[in-house]
Amino acid sequence: MSVSPDLDRRTLLRRAAAAGLLVTPAVGLLSACAGSTPTPNTDSPGEKSNDNPFGVQKDSAVKVVIFNGGLGDAWAKEDQAIFTAKHADVTVNMSSTQKIKTEEQPKMATTPSDLIMNSGADLMDLSTLINEGAIEPLDDLLAAPAWDSEGTVADSLLPGTVSDGTFQGKYYVVYVAFTVWGNWYNGALFSKEGWEPPKTFEEFFTLAPKIKAKGLAPYVYDAVHGYYPRWALMASIWKSAGRQAVIDIDNLKENAWRADGILPALEAWEKMVKDKLVLPGKLDHTQSQQAWLDGKAAFIQVGTWLKNEMAATIPPGFEMKLSDYWGLGATDKAPKDVFAGAGEGFVVPSKAPNKAAAKEFLRAVVSKAGSAKFAELTKSLASTKGSGDNVQDAALATANEVMKNAGQDLISVKLWDFYADLDKEGQNLSQELMAGRLTAAQFVDKMQAAADKVAKDSSITKQTRNA
Amino acid sequence: MRHGVARFVTGFLALPVGLYLFYVVWPFLQAAGYSLTDWGGYSDRQQFVGLENYIRLFSDELIRKAFWHNVFFLVTVPLFTIALALFLAFLLNVGGREDRAGIRGVFGSGLYKVIFFFPQVLSLVVIAVMWQQIYRADGQGLINGVLMKIGLIDGDDPITFMYDPEPFLGVPAVLWWLLLIAVWSGAGFYMVLFSAAMQSIPKDVYEAAILDGAGRFHTFFRITLPLLRDTVSVAWVYLGFIALDMFALVYIMTPSQGGPNHASEIFASVINFNAFQKGQFGYACAIAVALAIFTILLAALQLRITRRERIEY
Repeated sequence: MSVSPDLDRRTLLRRAAAAGLLVTPAVGLLSACAGSTPTPNTDSPGEKSNDNPFGVQKDSAVKVVIFNGGLGDAWAKEDQAIFTAKHADVTVNMSSTQKIKTEEQPKMATTPSDLIMNSGADLMDLSTLINEGAIEPLDDLLAAPAWDSEGTVADSLLPGTVSDGTFQGKYYVVYVAFTVWGNWYNGALFSKEGWEPPKTFEEFFTLAPKIKAKGLAPYVYDAVHGYYPRWALMASIWKSAGRQAVIDIDNLKENAWRADGILPALEAWEKMVKDKLVLPGKLDHTQSQQAWLDGKAAFIQVGTWLKNEMAATIPPGFEMKLSDYWGLGATDKAPKDVFAGAGEGFVVPSKAPNKAAAKEFLRAVVSKAGSAKFAELTKSLASTKGSGDNVQDAALATANEVMKNAGQDLISVKLWDFYADLDKEGQNLSQELMAGRLTAAQFVDKMQAAADKVAKDSSITKQTRNA
Repeated sequence: MRHGVARFVTGFLALPVGLYLFYVVWPFLQAAGYSLTDWGGYSDRQQFVGLENYIRLFSDELIRKAFWHNVFFLVTVPLFTIALALFLAFLLNVGGREDRAGIRGVFGSGLYKVIFFFPQVLSLVVIAVMWQQIYRADGQGLINGVLMKIGLIDGDDPITFMYDPEPFLGVPAVLWWLLLIAVWSGAGFYMVLFSAAMQSIPKDVYEAAILDGAGRFHTFFRITLPLLRDTVSVAWVYLGFIALDMFALVYIMTPSQGGPNHASEIFASVINFNAFQKGQFGYACAIAVALAIFTILLAALQLRITRRERIEY
C-alpha cells in the first residue's frame, strides 16, 4: 500500500527492458515472457495429520517473498520462527522486496516462489492472476484447523477477511493485515485548541476557518498516487449513497454512478477544493504525511499503517488519532459504516513447487501467536481475531475505537481489483477532482462513461460481487 | 580470402553472433509471435487471435494520444538538443577571441566541457530523482522555493510541474517540463560529439573566412554547420530513438505513470500499462512491434533524407 515510488537503477532498467523500450523497442519484452517449460511438481504429499493438515514433506524447502513496505518485514521473521518451531526439517527461504511484480511476475509461468505477499504499488494484478489460473484457490486452508486456537482457520479470522479474498466463488487471497482507514489528526493540538474532530463535512466546513486562522491548512492528501484520495471519495460515496450503490458500481450496472447520494458526496469534495481548504502543492504519500506531522495541515486521510510508516519522524508530543471518514449528515444512508478491511494479501502460485508448505506457512502467519507479533511490531491490527488485545498504543487504540462504533457493514470497494482500466481511470479522475480541474458532475459523467466502456469490451473478463 | 582465414574469422564470430541471435533476434521474433495471441503474461495458456490486436490498436484512443505525445518529443527533443549542443560546441571551440595562435574557444572552455558533459555520466534514474526535488511542487522544491523567496510566485500557488496538464502552445505543460530534462541531460554528450567533429575541421578554413571578412554568424552558418552535416544527421537519428522512448522520465516522475489524467502518456507507458497492469501481454506486444516498425521506418527515412556526398579535407 505504501511503497516508495522511487526506483533503483537496476530494477528500472529491467523494467524498461521488460516493457520493450530500449532503442529497439521490442527486444527486451521477451526476457519477461520466458516461455513455457513445464516444471516438475515436487508436491507429492507427506503424511497428513491435524498438526500437518497439508502433508508438508520433510526436508523440503519453501520460498516465501514478503512485501517490505509500510509495515516492514520484522513480523514475517517472527512467523518464520513460529513455523520452524513446528517444522524444523523444512527450510524456509524468505526474502523481502518492494518490487513484487518486477521480481515475481517473470517467474509465474515457469518456476514461481511458493508464497508471495502481493502488495504495494508494484503488485501483480489480481484479476489477471485469477483469470489466467496463475494462483491457487485456498479453500482447504480455511477448512484446516487453526494453528494455536480452537476451530478452523476460517473461524479465527476477522469478518470481511474471507469475503475480501474471495473471487468468483473461490478463496484466493489471504489478507493478513486488518486496516482501518479514516481521517487522522493530532490529538494534542486538537485538545489544546478545543477543537472537536468533525463527523460530517458540515462540521468540517464549520471548523475549517478556525483551523485556517491558526495558520494550518485544514486538509492534506497524497496527490501523487491517485488511489489515496480515491479511498476517501469512495468512503463518502458509500456513507452517503449506501452499500447497494457501491455494489452496483462494482457490478458495472447501468447508470450506477448516477444513483442518489453519489453526486452530493462528491460535491462536498469539490467544495473543499474550491474553498482552498487543502494544503497548496502536490505532495506524495510520505511528503504529505510529513507535512501533517510538521503541523502544516490538520487532517490527513490514510490507513492504519501510517504510524509504522512514519515512526522515525513523529515529533515528541504528537498524538496520532484516527477518526472515521466524514459523511454528509442526516441524508446519509450508511453513516456508521467504516472503511476497513483485510489488506496485504498472500497468494500461492499454481505452479509453486511446494504448495503444501506454503499453505502451512500461511497457517502460521494467521496463528494467534503470529498475529499478536504482527500487531505488536507494526502497530496495525492483523486479520486474525484478538491480535491487538495486548498492544498498548494510542493510534491503535483509536482505530479500535472507530471499529467499535462501526455499523453493520464494512465499506469495501472491488472496482479497482476487478478492472485495471477502471482502476487507472478512477485514480486519474480522483486526482483531477482534487486538483479542481473537474467538477463533481463531470467526475460522475466520466466514471460512468469509463464503466460503460469496460462493460462493452469483450476482451475484459467480467466479475461480480453480491455482498 | 584464403580458406583458413575464413574459418578463423567465422570461429571468432560464431559466439557473438550466436548470442546476438539468441538474446536479440529471437526475443524479437517471439514478441512478434506473442502479438498474435491473447496471452496474459502469467500463465502458459494462450490463444491465437490473428491480427485482432493490431486492428484494436488503431481504434485505441490512448494510443492515439500517446502517439502525438511521442511525435511532440520526436520533433522537439532532437531540435532543441542539437541546437543547444551546437551552440555550446561552437562557443567552446571557435567562439573565443582570435590571436596569433589562431582561433580558440571562450575562456575556461575545458572546464565548461566537463560541466556540460556531466549529466551524461549520471544514470537516467538518478537524473529523474534529482529533478523530482528540483520540480517538487511546494515551497520545499528547489525552483518553487527560490521563486517564493524572491516573491515571484505566491506561496499558496506553487508551480505544479509534473502535475500540470494545462496546454502551453497546444501541448500539456508536463510534457514541456519533461522536455527540459531530456534536453538538459542530452545536450552535453552531443556537445562533445560536435566538438570532436569541429576540431577535425581545418583551422585554415576559418582563418581564410575571417580574412575575407566573415563574422561569427557567417562562419557558423556557412562553414561549421555544413561541414558538420554528417555528425548532426547521426545525432538526429539517435535523439529520435530517445524521443520515442522517454519511458524512465515518464515512469518515475509523472503521477499515475503517464498522468495527470493521461497528459504525459507515451507509447512506452501504454505498453507498460497493458502488459503489467492490465495483463494483456499479447496486445502490449502488438503495440511494441508497431513501435519497432515505426522506429525502423523513421530511422531509414531520416538517414535517406540527410544522405549526401561526403566532403573530404
